[in-house]
Amino acid sequence: MLSILIWLPLAVALLAALLPRALAPRFAALGTLGALGLAIYLIADYSAGSGMQHAVDEIWISELGMHYKLGIDGLNLFLVGLTTLAFAAAAVWASFREWDRPRLFYFHLLLGETAVLGAFLTQDLALFVVFFDLMLIPFYFLTGQWGGENRVPATMKMVIYTFVGSLLMLAGAVATGVLAAGDGQTLSFAFSDLQERTLGEGTQQWIFLLFAAAFLVKMPAFPLHGWMPDAYKAMPIEVVAVFSAVLSKVAAYGFLRIVLPIFPDASAHFQDLMLVIGLASILYGSVMAFTTTHARLIVGYSSVAQLGFITLGVFALDPQGAQGAVLQMVNHGLVTVPLFLIIGLLAVRSGGSEDIRDMGGIAFRAPVLASLFLIVALATLAMPGSGNFVGEFMILLGVFETKTVFACIGFTGVALAAVYMLRAFIRMMHNRVGPKVESREVSLRAGLVLVPLVAAILLFAVYPQLALERQEASVVTVVETAQEVAR
Amino acid sequence: MSGPHIDWAALSPLIALAAGSIVVLLVGLLRPRFARESLVPLLAFVAFAASLGLVAWQWDDNASIIAGALRVDELSLGLTGLVAIAGMLTVLLSWRGDAPRESAHGEYYAMLLASAAGMAALVQAQNLVSLFLAFELLSIPLYVLCATELRRAPSLESGLKYLVVGSVGSATLLYGLALVYGATGATDFGEISDALGEGSMVGDPLLLTGLALSIVGLAFKASVAPFHQWTPDVYEGAPTAITAFMATATKAAALGVIIRFLDVALIPAEPDWSPVLAVLATVTIVVGNVGAIGQTSIKRILAWSGVAQAGYMLAGVVVASQLGIRAVAFYLAVYLVMNVAAFAVVVARARETGLGDSIESVSGIGATKPLLAWPLTISMLGLAGIPGTAGFIGKFALIDASVSGDFAWLGVVIVLGSAVSLAYYLRVVAAVWMREAPRAVPALAGGSGDVAAEDLPRSGPRPAGWEVTFVAVLCALATIALGVVPGPVFDLAADAGSALTGLF
Repeated sequence: MLSILIWLPLAVALLAALLPRALAPRFAALGTLGALGLAIYLIADYSAGSGMQHAVDEIWISELGMHYKLGIDGLNLFLVGLTTLAFAAAAVWASFREWDRPRLFYFHLLLGETAVLGAFLTQDLALFVVFFDLMLIPFYFLTGQWGGENRVPATMKMVIYTFVGSLLMLAGAVATGVLAAGDGQTLSFAFSDLQERTLGEGTQQWIFLLFAAAFLVKMPAFPLHGWMPDAYKAMPIEVVAVFSAVLSKVAAYGFLRIVLPIFPDASAHFQDLMLVIGLASILYGSVMAFTTTHARLIVGYSSVAQLGFITLGVFALDPQGAQGAVLQMVNHGLVTVPLFLIIGLLAVRSGGSEDIRDMGGIAFRAPVLASLFLIVALATLAMPGSGNFVGEFMILLGVFETKTVFACIGFTGVALAAVYMLRAFIRMMHNRVGPKVESREVSLRAGLVLVPLVAAILLFAVYPQLALERQEASVVTVVETAQEVAR
Repeated sequence: MSGPHIDWAALSPLIALAAGSIVVLLVGLLRPRFARESLVPLLAFVAFAASLGLVAWQWDDNASIIAGALRVDELSLGLTGLVAIAGMLTVLLSWRGDAPRESAHGEYYAMLLASAAGMAALVQAQNLVSLFLAFELLSIPLYVLCATELRRAPSLESGLKYLVVGSVGSATLLYGLALVYGATGATDFGEISDALGEGSMVGDPLLLTGLALSIVGLAFKASVAPFHQWTPDVYEGAPTAITAFMATATKAAALGVIIRFLDVALIPAEPDWSPVLAVLATVTIVVGNVGAIGQTSIKRILAWSGVAQAGYMLAGVVVASQLGIRAVAFYLAVYLVMNVAAFAVVVARARETGLGDSIESVSGIGATKPLLAWPLTISMLGLAGIPGTAGFIGKFALIDASVSGDFAWLGVVIVLGSAVSLAYYLRVVAAVWMREAPRAVPALAGGSGDVAAEDLPRSGPRPAGWEVTFVAVLCALATIALGVVPGPVFDLAADAGSALTGLF
């Protein structure tokens, strides 16, 4: 079941490569919808609190102790759902446009989906590294071949930045497996084995730093976000939507799934450092989102801030904070995709510019588009009543219980989010009509993509328990050990 | 007095190469064009294939032959097999190239086979004398092969440079071997090890000097920094097919002999050489990766990357464990397919564009030549160690070996080196997919394009030939296959690792 989910996009991509050019986009879009259907089935089928489900465990390379081990639990259940939803939205959205070399485009996009799903579903550290590194490659090509201005330097910068992190993680992962295997034990990278075989504290610490480097670059967190502005500006809008919504979550997920349970001592040791990084990301991201005029970068920097929140939640080392963090990952992904897609629509209406100074007054003849955007914007700024509010609230509650000072500073982030998001909304949709703006209602097919996304946001707004109940048991398990050490 | 007993079966892979060399030389003297241009390469190919088949036949053999001069075990057989595979691919790449035509077909392929025989003997050598003989048999034909594009000055320069530097390397090695003999009183690896094992020779200056000089001599051949300076120039100047052969087969042979010499003969002195070698590996990784940045010729990039890759593999030797040898043997195999794929594309594009081997020659081929673009892309990603390719598994195994051997920091050096290497590998990939094909006339191209410009009439644009594309696609598929299902080759590498029973 999980194997089908992971490999379906790649299989579709390979088949699409054989189809005529005109059919490939639709076929690829259908494939992503199929993956979405599978994910929804998994969510419906999930029974809370019973550990790993649909588990698969095959030996891949026995000499290296690598297993092909998959499983789904409360931690990755909704992230898998988010991934398939985001990719389906992007693929369908992309199929409205004409692409140069379309088969290659969809091949890379769907390869990306396979890699991300693999990273979320794997229960083996070596396999995680494989998928984590692999998922960058299609985005390198997507940005470099179909991107906008300055795409080649931007994509190189992104790849080199993130690969330095990823490769350090590779070294860390191998070291974890080898050093954890005691005398007479066979080499194993399965999360479950590594959790039992505890490493010495000094070892944990240097390996923790290698992993943290990989994840913080990927998020991106301040001060390792240097690749983000150029890359986000250069990517095609569909690509940046999934990249920002999903790939950053893999990093945050990695902290919860790998770092906390396997390096509990080091997590407690570096707790303050990580909280500071989280806070710095919140403040820096918010301020940058408030000052930049490039619409994509507003969302990009707001992601930096949001991921700062998620980092706070993870390193509160408290079940409540972690619960909030997981919920917030899903929420943030859900708002990011429509935000970017809407920016794409607005750019069409403002003569191709994505600068908010060239927009303005777009709401004039487009009430539906404006309402959809408003809902998304309000969810992004964590308006009470939205799922994001629940997420941020739980995160801050978790931090408050363990590290009160950090929570107090973190609260300012919530206020700042309101400032930059409302500024962006007002400048784009209201205010004086921009010079080249041509207000137009959202088209039916674009609406068909946006409405389900907004509906998902509303679903989590009214009923966040849907996720919270299912993830609770799993979240508690991963935080447990580190929490004990920290106390 | 009777000669030593000879186990002909165990010796057969080596005999196939040597005999093939003589036959090819003789057939090359025949008058008909067909014999020279088609039969000779075919026979050379058959000789390599026969050698590979004999390796498979002898696989489980484990014997010292010809009075202990050579050792036939899984390690030497495996590396002989790699040399044979590299030889087969090289024959395909050379078939319709300029080098055999200009230098005479028979001699060209005979020399190739002779050099391969030298490599096979080198990885089997377990005696100082046979080691040096094999070393020279490997080197001298290669000096000549580098210079076989007679009408191209850089090729001649390459041959001469390799001859001079290589001779210095050989001399150093010979001096070192003599000193090791002087210190231990034995030429047989086993006896040297016994003599050292007695413990009376700890810190003996004669031994240490001999050790240092022989490592330097071998390092020249494996292009380990700081003895690598010849590599970029020689690789760039030599005919591309020969470069591919040197990059893959010579590297396998050189690392094979380093492993056997250090891990069998000098294993009691391991505390003396392993830290030195660790430092050499680090320097090599840094120098190779930094040198490759900013190169505009793909062959030079591959030369520098080859230096860096030698450094990665040396890390597997440093730890002196079966795990390490397994990792090196596996890496040599994947390094072979990844590199040959890239060189095949260089051959094809040099023939098609006349732009030589500059990055320009592959610009924009993503849109027009998928059968060349994909192999080059996969090769570059593989060399960089991206998952899904064999390079990733290879690096994983090397890091695994270094961490297990208490050299965790060397594992970190490997990954940092790989991170730097992305800067130049991805530059090639970016050229393939993200740049327009050059419209400029070849004569205007910079860098090594000038080289092609000098003799345009000779190497003007022409079709690449199906066999070159075939080699590129085959090697690319192998790169992916070994990245997804490394099991079978990994088992062979594990056999090779466990052949040296003196290690843990």
